Amino acid sequence: MARYALRYGVLGYLALLLVLPVGMVGYRTFQHGASPVWHALSNHDATQALKLSLLITVIAVPINVVFGVFTGWLLARRKMPLPWLVNALINLPFAMSPVVVGLAVFVLYSRTGWIGTYLFAHGIPVLFTWKAMTIATIFVSLPFVVREVVPVLEEIGTEQEQAAAVLGASPLQAFFRVTLPAIRWAVVYGTILTVARSLGEYGAVNIVSSNIVGQSLTLPLYVNNRVGQLDPTAAYSAGLLLAVISLLILTGMTAFSGRRNTQQLETGAPK
Amino acid sequence: MGPGIAMLYLSLLVGLPVAAVVSQSAHHSFWATITASHTVSVLEFTIGVALAAAAVDAVTGVALAWVLVRDDFPGKRVVNALIDLPFALPTIVAGLVLLSLYGPASPLGIDVAGTRVAVLFALLFVTLPFVTRAVQPVLLTLERDVEDAAACLGAKPWTVFRRIILPAIMPATLTGASLAFARALGEFGSVVLISGNLPHTEIASQVIFQDVENGAPQSAAAIGVVLLAMALVVFLLIAVLTRRTASRHG
Repeated sequence: MARYALRYGVLGYLALLLVLPVGMVGYRTFQHGASPVWHALSNHDATQALKLSLLITVIAVPINVVFGVFTGWLLARRKMPLPWLVNALINLPFAMSPVVVGLAVFVLYSRTGWIGTYLFAHGIPVLFTWKAMTIATIFVSLPFVVREVVPVLEEIGTEQEQAAAVLGASPLQAFFRVTLPAIRWAVVYGTILTVARSLGEYGAVNIVSSNIVGQSLTLPLYVNNRVGQLDPTAAYSAGLLLAVISLLILTGMTAFSGRRNTQQLETGAPK
Repeated sequence: MGPGIAMLYLSLLVGLPVAAVVSQSAHHSFWATITASHTVSVLEFTIGVALAAAAVDAVTGVALAWVLVRDDFPGKRVVNALIDLPFALPTIVAGLVLLSLYGPASPLGIDVAGTRVAVLFALLFVTLPFVTRAVQPVLLTLERDVEDAAACLGAKPWTVFRRIILPAIMPATLTGASLAFARALGEFGSVVLISGNLPHTEIASQVIFQDVENGAPQSAAAIGVVLLAMALVVFLLIAVLTRRTASRHG
């Protein structure tokens, strides 16, 4: 009895908080058929927002993946000076409100900011351009890959790398042919999380964007703008597009988190 | 050379902007800003609603983890995957989603838009996974024989839960709830659409945002530093909790 009450209580909570609201967006989007949706997504302002979101993601993700693997490897395999400081800096973006991240980038690159003063003097505006939005995105999505890679590196140990070194592999060869294949699913999983955050970031990019429709809005900013302009079809269409992308990402996460766990079981040394 | 490059990159990307905010807040108006009655009432509501969200999460999160680990029903794997949806969904879409079901045109007849309850709903949505994902692995490794022994000795299910399971999952629950609290303190995107931008539903991140828009970055930085300090305290608390759990098991 109690067991069923708990099961359906929990499922009911999920339905009311998660499933019904998300389903509702699907319904609202197609309320008047598919052609208004197509129109809302194919107009200039929406495609510009999608392009800007993709541009920022295409720049931010590779940077964070390369940096994440590199720093993760340093933390797990080499002696880092002040490891507590490195860890604090890596985890800071998770502890900060996205708005405070945006504010930090804003203050640093504003006309009177430490870097902004110099940039404005040389005619290179960064604040209120896609560049500042990209910097803010890199900031908020920085920790994902590092945090996935470090535990796996620690778990697989160094035996195989040492074997490669004994057999004459250079450190670079050992990294690309032994270490990287061993951590590949952790890298993929971290990358998926980085993509999700980069595409979906709202607060941090909002503060450093000039917020001009058809020019400097990302897809999440466009959703907010359309709600404000009382254009629900466009808001719901863009929102549904983002929701579909996140459902795909979620499917990837589920698939790869399975792979990641089996890989840890295969290679992980029992404690 | 490698560590040097990594340190330089981290300092430029993360350290410098954070230092810039702290330096911006170190203004003679710092105390005046954070002790102003408007700021105080906003911070009180922000902390209060974040605590409420973390408390609800602690209960629902443990229940969810329990059902996912100990119960079995068709579609359990889908439900398990769905828990992560709030992490994958952009926050502004989370806001839009809640607005469509609990806004002015609610098909359920529940319109909470522009109320403090709406802010709580948004926070519950985005923080849903934290407690469940922290408790699930602990429940999985829990030995069933102690529970069976207690049951044999006549303990009722509730007593078994309270005396045996709860103490074991308590540190994980607290860690998950602390993470949820930290996330809720700084949440922005999911709240903006459904809170209706009214004075009584304002949370700290919205005030920071408006201060920047109104050309008052100093005041924004002062509140930002307060948020940052609170988040750091929470993360220190989590570090202590994790260490204590580790030493108990080790």
